Amino acid sequence: MNPENYIVLAGVLFTIGAIGVMVRRNAIVVFMSVELMLNAANLAFVAFARMNGNLDGQVVAFFVMVVAAAEVVVGLAIIVTVFRSRRSASIDEPNLLKY
Amino acid sequence: MTDVLTAPSIDYLALLPMIIVGVAAVVGVIVEAFIPRRARRGLQLTIVFAALVASLIILVSNAGIRVITGGLAIDGPSIFLQGLILVVSIVAAMLIAERSVDPAGDAFAPRVSSLPGSDEERELTRRGFAQTEVWPLMLFAVLGMMIFTAANDLLIMFIALEIMSLPLYLMVGMSRRRRLLSQEAALKYFVLGAFSSAFFIFGAALLYGYSASITLPGIAEALAAKPGESGLVIAGFALVVVGLLFKIGAVPFHQWVPDVYQGSPSPITGFMAAAVKVAAFGALLRFLYVAFGGTRWDWAPALWVVAIATMLLGSIVALTQTDIKRMLAYSSIAQAGFILVGVIATNPEGVAAVMFYLAAYGFATLGAFGVISLVREQSGGEATHLSKWAGLGRRSPLLAAILSLFMLSFAGIPLTSGFIGKFTVFEAAIIGDATPLVIVGVVASIIAAFFYIRVIVLMYFTEPGEDAPTVAVPSAFTTLAISVAAAVTVALGVLPQPVLDLVERADVFLR
Repeated sequence: MNPENYIVLAGVLFTIGAIGVMVRRNAIVVFMSVELMLNAANLAFVAFARMNGNLDGQVVAFFVMVVAAAEVVVGLAIIVTVFRSRRSASIDEPNLLKY
Repeated sequence: MTDVLTAPSIDYLALLPMIIVGVAAVVGVIVEAFIPRRARRGLQLTIVFAALVASLIILVSNAGIRVITGGLAIDGPSIFLQGLILVVSIVAAMLIAERSVDPAGDAFAPRVSSLPGSDEERELTRRGFAQTEVWPLMLFAVLGMMIFTAANDLLIMFIALEIMSLPLYLMVGMSRRRRLLSQEAALKYFVLGAFSSAFFIFGAALLYGYSASITLPGIAEALAAKPGESGLVIAGFALVVVGLLFKIGAVPFHQWVPDVYQGSPSPITGFMAAAVKVAAFGALLRFLYVAFGGTRWDWAPALWVVAIATMLLGSIVALTQTDIKRMLAYSSIAQAGFILVGVIATNPEGVAAVMFYLAAYGFATLGAFGVISLVREQSGGEATHLSKWAGLGRRSPLLAAILSLFMLSFAGIPLTSGFIGKFTVFEAAIIGDATPLVIVGVVASIIAAFFYIRVIVLMYFTEPGEDAPTVAVPSAFTTLAISVAAAVTVALGVLPQPVLDLVERADVFLR
């Protein structure tokens, strides 16, 4: 199968993730959308590694997975703390800081 | 596929400054886990200062090394900027270590997981609990920044970006006072930061697809070998630059800056404002000059727009601010625009000017946030509303004079470091055929001078209000930090030549 299709799929996943970050209200869903974007990058890296005929892209994919896991740890910690003090996981509700 | 992964040869001496900071950070985590609470603070302080100073000493003795080892390039700009990050971090660590200005203790919540305003929190405060997790987090952030300026490879750059950012997201949310604001700032910073790093890595994937290499020199080679437009390059370049401009806080990726600067504890704001800017500009310079140095005219127009928007929007919106931390946040956006003018010059003078400006701006910012942390309301929290600062010059002449010095430096008045910084940046841009940008820059600095001077007028020529704030008496830590910042600001303004020579000798990137 033509590897270019995988690149197109990666682009579509990245776009879905980016739209998700911008339109969804729940912090957890926003966060999942960011993870989708990171995994779209992984897919692109692996597909390009196949097309370019070297292994760099596959190595990058492993590192990105580790970074994504570390991001989950920090992100959930912050979201849970905010949830505990506000009883809400909405991104829009914390609005004390403005102008 | 006949490629075999071979182990790269590594020059450990050149990497030693980074290794020291990394090991110290891990030791800090172990100390948190195994050492009794009572002994932790002293131990952590020893580890942090020892590691930063040792790393700085070895960096200075390494100053002649020029080598590309693995994915890191140890060259003039990376050594100078790493040294700057270390010095700035040592001063910032002094501000973070302060615990006599707030009657309740240091600037951080006794236990970050406790609910703001809960009985648990009151009890912990009463018993004088203090958390020390902030120290290893700070060391990890410093490690990420040091790697970020030296990264010669998009993967290393991404990893360094995350090592730098993840601890900062947590440090932002740790404030003792106004925890809800602090947590909100952490949430906003985290969501937008994660969003922008996803852009960065997807852009890196596209550049890898085009050039079959993730190293910056490899990308430059591929660009030279197959000239002509390619969608992959344009999209990849744009996405990576968005990720980097976000960290710098350039318009239109600046929305997080005011919220995060206002919500974080002041010592952390000072650390972020000074050190993150140094690291992010280091990475942006390397990415643009090493990978895309040959295609300058293709990307310069886009960055012209960003620089003009950043300078003007930062300066104009700062005029309307009523909170001093928020005002300094918009000021930092405007300053990022001035530094971008030096980046767009794309000549060695530009690199030198950017490095000098970063040094001048970093110390003035740290000093300003140090001063802000001293002005307290009767309740003990910081008095950040500008109206509270009225008449401060009459009751605390020394404090007001020092803050005025930093404001004059931000405004670029002669005999302060900010003047020399702006002068070198604009000079480099004129050499690099960006004169219109310099004109916009000068106009923006005039607008910006208004709100800096306004603070001085407010402190000296306005009657103090009813609920005048008190000025806390700091311990030796903050006193020393503010003195160092003030001394550097004056020294770089009066006798800039030694540092100018230093940055001119360090302005060439290894390719």
